Amino acid sequence: MPKKVLKEFRVEYLQVLDEKGSCDETLMPKLSNDEIKKLYEMLVLIRVFDQKAFNMQRQGRLGTYIQFKGQEACQVGSAFALNDDDFIFPMYRNSGLLIARKHPMVQVLQYWNGDERGLKSPPNVNNFPISIPVGTQEIHAVGAAWAAKLRNTRQVAATYFGDGATSKGDFHEAMNFAGVFQIPVVFVCENNQYAISVPRKKQTHSETIAQKAIAYGFEGIQVDGMDIFAVYKAMKDAVEKARSGNGPTLIECFTYRLCDHSTSDDASKYRPKEEADEWAKKDSIERLEKYMRKKALLDDAYKENVLIKSKDIVEKAVTEFEKLPLPDPKDIFKYVFAEMTPQQKEEMEEMFGN
Amino acid sequence: MTVATIVQAVTMGLRQELARDRNVIVLGEDVGVNGGVFRATDGLQKEFGSNRVIDTPLAELGIVGASIGLAVNGMKPVAEIQFSGFMYSAFDQLLSHAARIRMRSRGRYTCPLVVRAPYGGGIKALELHCESGESLFSHIPGLKMVIPSNPYDTKGLLASAIRDPDPVIFYEPMRIYRAIKQDIPEEGYTVPIGKANVVQEGDDLTLIAWGAMLKTCQDAIQKLNNKYSVELIDLRTINPYDAETVTASVKKTGRCVIAHEAMKTCGFAAELIASINEKALLSLHAPVARVTSPDVPFPLAKLENYFLPDVNRIIKGIEKVMSF
Repeated sequence: MPKKVLKEFRVEYLQVLDEKGSCDETLMPKLSNDEIKKLYEMLVLIRVFDQKAFNMQRQGRLGTYIQFKGQEACQVGSAFALNDDDFIFPMYRNSGLLIARKHPMVQVLQYWNGDERGLKSPPNVNNFPISIPVGTQEIHAVGAAWAAKLRNTRQVAATYFGDGATSKGDFHEAMNFAGVFQIPVVFVCENNQYAISVPRKKQTHSETIAQKAIAYGFEGIQVDGMDIFAVYKAMKDAVEKARSGNGPTLIECFTYRLCDHSTSDDASKYRPKEEADEWAKKDSIERLEKYMRKKALLDDAYKENVLIKSKDIVEKAVTEFEKLPLPDPKDIFKYVFAEMTPQQKEEMEEMFGN
Repeated sequence: MTVATIVQAVTMGLRQELARDRNVIVLGEDVGVNGGVFRATDGLQKEFGSNRVIDTPLAELGIVGASIGLAVNGMKPVAEIQFSGFMYSAFDQLLSHAARIRMRSRGRYTCPLVVRAPYGGGIKALELHCESGESLFSHIPGLKMVIPSNPYDTKGLLASAIRDPDPVIFYEPMRIYRAIKQDIPEEGYTVPIGKANVVQEGDDLTLIAWGAMLKTCQDAIQKLNNKYSVELIDLRTINPYDAETVTASVKKTGRCVIAHEAMKTCGFAAELIASINEKALLSLHAPVARVTSPDVPFPLAKLENYFLPDVNRIIKGIEKVMSF
């Protein structure tokens, strides 16, 4: 009996805007000039924020901070495809995503300075607290999106994680549940090629992360993660598909961290400089500027103005952040349960008196 | 009123809450078509449909993790873990996430989920089917830990657990799932979380237990045949435990024995003894005694009877304290 081919699979790669700023108009998602400017302004704003936060950590004005430089397009492009009441289940490298999702910058700084109040989602959006453990949050997105499906709220949930997280069992259980129950969830993998120092090739022998979706019975796509149009288009398609009841999608954003893992890390120890330099040439902001210049959406004055405005917004947030009063020490007891336990009441009294 | 066993009371409690609140759902391995390996969810899928009583893939982390997300977005998931020993693969989800969501989101999101699991030994089951991990879960701020010992409390505590705004681990005493029959109301009722039950009053000694060990304690009291006046307390909620009832009782009797199936070191008796020492030391006529399993992994079927505290060991514990 000859062997039969039961099924064949393919994995697609999407790029709309290349490094030179040339755009494949046939793939270009529908975006007005104003929307393109908005995307650009958000990219610049979060990059300015990221650099400021890093500087503040170095000056002793902020705690450990996780930079995201290089991954701005992944975070802004995907955020723009979501509704406010959709859920995000982010990871620690998602400060840019939070800002793009209307999380006040002051709160983002507050969190990175060790004040939990910063994690509280503003009332009109659903920004779940970032996950510090790696890859444990994808399954929460599955659950929240499942609830949306059961309650018919038409919400979608998106979850964000890195290439390292795809090695964890949690990721696979989440992908499996999403496939089995056809859940309106989008898995956004920001594959920045390294989990701290360990390169992507040592996380998985798969050629792509996108193809992992195939095993769970749904679509996975790899996109140029420094191409904001590609990220936006893939996300928009995935969100619409999810919202119309056609199940989950895995989007692998192929990108690079143009910074250290954290403010306690030195990436030059494990990444060749030439490699980082090559990736820097693909940067999302520069290529969008080239495109916008060609389309007469950007000139030097506008570019300068966006930068000045961004710095101003960030500086104002920093000023406000530095004036914040300390949290009430009793707050450590306040949010553990809806009502404090008798044990907690005793402990609080012992620590703080009546 | 209707006569029910503990496992039937679980079904009744689930049915009551599924009917009361359409956001309540039941999910787990084999809970739907099969009605659960212990029949705890028997008939519920037929009654409420496969969107509310859901057979999941065989993945405990997935079941608990998805339940967290479901709870965050408005559902009241009641997850079944087939045996409590299988819950450990979801431990990280419970400790790192379920228990902390209210705190980390400053109350914006909450996690009102229930994880039910049969626990404890004595049924000659396979390895890791007999665990008593109540101390592990009670060491996690943000989780509640409830263990009923009879059909009435099972139905009422399960209803409270499902209505509770925070995550609750609900351990069901597998060994006595069908050993006790009790008249319980068919209509809805709740038994409050955090309140112990003084099962019988007495003056000489306080005996504290929970779950399947409650019945062993009752058998021991019967065997003692009124030799001592024993006050028997069913703790019912392990965390947050009812220190008030325990303290009042020990102040009255001056003597105390605590019996549990879990291993001795860091078992929940240790916490209770510390609390008694803090609140009632000067009332004690003797050191509080623990009757527990030894500090070894739960043995296989042939030796499990040596491992679990039995009537004779409880009587020995009582005698030791009475003769101090």
